[in-house]
Amino acid sequence: MSRLTEANVKIAHEIIARYPRPKSALIPLLHLAQEQDGWVSDEAMAHLAELVGVTPAEVRGTCTFYEMFKLHPVGTYMVNVCTNIACQLLGGEELLHHAEKTLGIRPGGTTSDGMFTLEDVECIAACTEAPCMQVNYRYGVRLSTDDFDEIIDDLRAGRTPDKLITANPGDQIPSHGTLGLTRQHLDPDKAAGIVPPEQVTENPVWLTTTKGDS
Amino acid sequence: MATGEYVPHAPGYVDSPGTKVVSSRFGYEDSYTLDRYLATGGYEGLKKALANGPEECHGIVREGTLLGRGGAGFPAGIKWGFCPPEVWPRYLVVNGDESEPGTYKDRLLMELDPHQLIEGCLIACYAIGLSQCFLYVRGEMAIAQQRLADALNEAYEAGYVGKNILGTDFSVDIVLHWGAGAYIVGEETALIESLEGNRGMPRLKPPFFPAAVGLYGQPTIVNNVETLANLPWMLEHGAEAYKELGSETSPGTRMFAVSGHVKRPGVYEVEQGVTTYEDLIYGDDYCQGMRDGHELKMFIPGGGSAPWLFPEHVSLPLEARPVGAAGTMLGSGAIVIMDDSTDAVKACLRVVRFFARESCGKCAPCREGTSWEEKILQRILDGNGRPEDLDLLLDVADNISPGPYPVASFEAEGLDAVPFPPRQTTICPLGPSSVAPITSAIRRFRHEFEAKIGTPVEVTA
Ligand SMILES: Cc1cc2nc3c(=O)[nH]c(=O)nc-3n(C[C@H](O)[C@H](O)[C@H](O)COP(=O)(O)O)c2cc1C
Ligand code: SF4
Repeated sequence: MSRLTEANVKIAHEIIARYPRPKSALIPLLHLAQEQDGWVSDEAMAHLAELVGVTPAEVRGTCTFYEMFKLHPVGTYMVNVCTNIACQLLGGEELLHHAEKTLGIRPGGTTSDGMFTLEDVECIAACTEAPCMQVNYRYGVRLSTDDFDEIIDDLRAGRTPDKLITANPGDQIPSHGTLGLTRQHLDPDKAAGIVPPEQVTENPVWLTTTKGDS
Repeated sequence: MATGEYVPHAPGYVDSPGTKVVSSRFGYEDSYTLDRYLATGGYEGLKKALANGPEECHGIVREGTLLGRGGAGFPAGIKWGFCPPEVWPRYLVVNGDESEPGTYKDRLLMELDPHQLIEGCLIACYAIGLSQCFLYVRGEMAIAQQRLADALNEAYEAGYVGKNILGTDFSVDIVLHWGAGAYIVGEETALIESLEGNRGMPRLKPPFFPAAVGLYGQPTIVNNVETLANLPWMLEHGAEAYKELGSETSPGTRMFAVSGHVKRPGVYEVEQGVTTYEDLIYGDDYCQGMRDGHELKMFIPGGGSAPWLFPEHVSLPLEARPVGAAGTMLGSGAIVIMDDSTDAVKACLRVVRFFARESCGKCAPCREGTSWEEKILQRILDGNGRPEDLDLLLDVADNISPGPYPVASFEAEGLDAVPFPPRQTTICPLGPSSVAPITSAIRRFRHEFEAKIGTPVEVTA
């Protein structure tokens, strides 16, 4: 059930083709599995192992190093509150405590309706906008506790919160696992061509042909 | 276009007077589109590069003294020259893993002007014959990933990236890659491990630096996002124009994120060397001073890994050398301002906890030591500190990054007692970075630690 769907296998092959060695595609593929299921299952890891030609243990080895990959089901929305130094100075911990109370869970926990998982996270690169948080990796900045409640209420009611920043106006907040809403597409006709390193033995042609004369 | 205002669609960015090398488009709401980019001089630097040839292009970057903006400040033109001759292929890996505490600039550059970064990558690849570029964006930055994916799709479609760029022999692919949450992956050899699909643990260096042996064992240039974002301007206007900005040893501008207890925290692009911490903290065009009724107590001058500075240091120019001479670093341009309401022990613990959480676990002094530091600091803060704890803390620190750190010597020798850059018993500088907040805080605020050790905290309900 948790193997990649046919449509996703197609995307997986496109991703693998962008790297000189297939194993390099592993992290993007783990994200693809997480996008499909909301978390990364053993079946998905075994499938990825087949796709890139490594053992399932190697996939697990890579997967378990990175915090964003969840090895068990989590909430539809991952609520990540920053408590690192810049946020701590301006109320990050208070915001986290408020989140605990509002959602009724501790960091690492998931609400019983499966909607929200709370995490206290390290610096998320919005330090001048403290206190801040991310919901499924979309930022909310300079948040008051009221702002936090508004975001949660909006999500519970199925609305896109005004207080979360998206790439384009009107973009939805996708469920956990989906990062950017668009993917890079590499049209083989337009690409320079990607080959394993051992197939390249000479300098790129432009180094000798474009010496200041084009 | 300097308005001096907070730019609403670029949260955190505050426009300020002076030449903008990398943030010139941030004022436009559609700054990330190809149309806007082309309407504002986009891809002109690349065209000049193609007209001049690769060697001349590398020469301009060397001549312009483009210092790396990722933390170490190494000149990019010189690093590019370290690729061993006649070893092919060579790769470019863009370090967009920004996660050093306090650092906020690469994300803005990726979200708001992705084409500028793409053009920078193209110029680097063209100059030294890099045959593929990987744009490694931090996993948590979904919006940056989306904007870069859109920009790459547009740029491929328009013939700026891919096969026979602008009708020349220059062909290169730029592949968007993204991580999955691990600060250590920002270290360049860990970045390469991660890009190979492995656990992101640093490689031992020396002997081999990535420029010689990197991705798949091939010569690999790793550069920071902001470093590469400078290239289009530098190629378009030339090395001389670039060197007119900033100071002699640190030309150009830099993006500084000033966070914490100031009136107007923000990301500011200013000339290096000629601007001081004081200008940024108190200037009307910048942070406009400390919060009302409070005074500056201490500040982090260049990211969580940097030893702290104090009020007497605010006149230091924002430039690698003088800040280095003060025993710390300009690092990633992250300035965290703390006022007199800040508990030094608590701030110290928070930064140390970051390193304890982010240690990759490859070497024992860091894996074990950073968590011991956290435990000891936590019990001091909780009122359970023991009289020997300060010595113990410094002893643990000494095992990660050899001192001398006996408490007494801080008083006698002050700043000189602590070596910087830190010595390390570890594979990478992450472990030693955890020592910076400890020595900084104890050196200056030892009485705060001692007061906590002598006094149990009151238990509240
Ligand atoms: C623990 C650690 C974390 C780092 N994190 C980053 C980072 O997030 N972004 C970055 O550009 N450089 C980071 N660096 C520095 C890189 O190793 C490398 O020096 C830099 O990317 C080189 O680019 P530059 O020469 O253009 O500055 C880190 C270094 C260490 C030791
Ligand atoms: S110093 Fe820490 S982060 Fe660096 S390699 Fe050793 S264990 Fe890993």
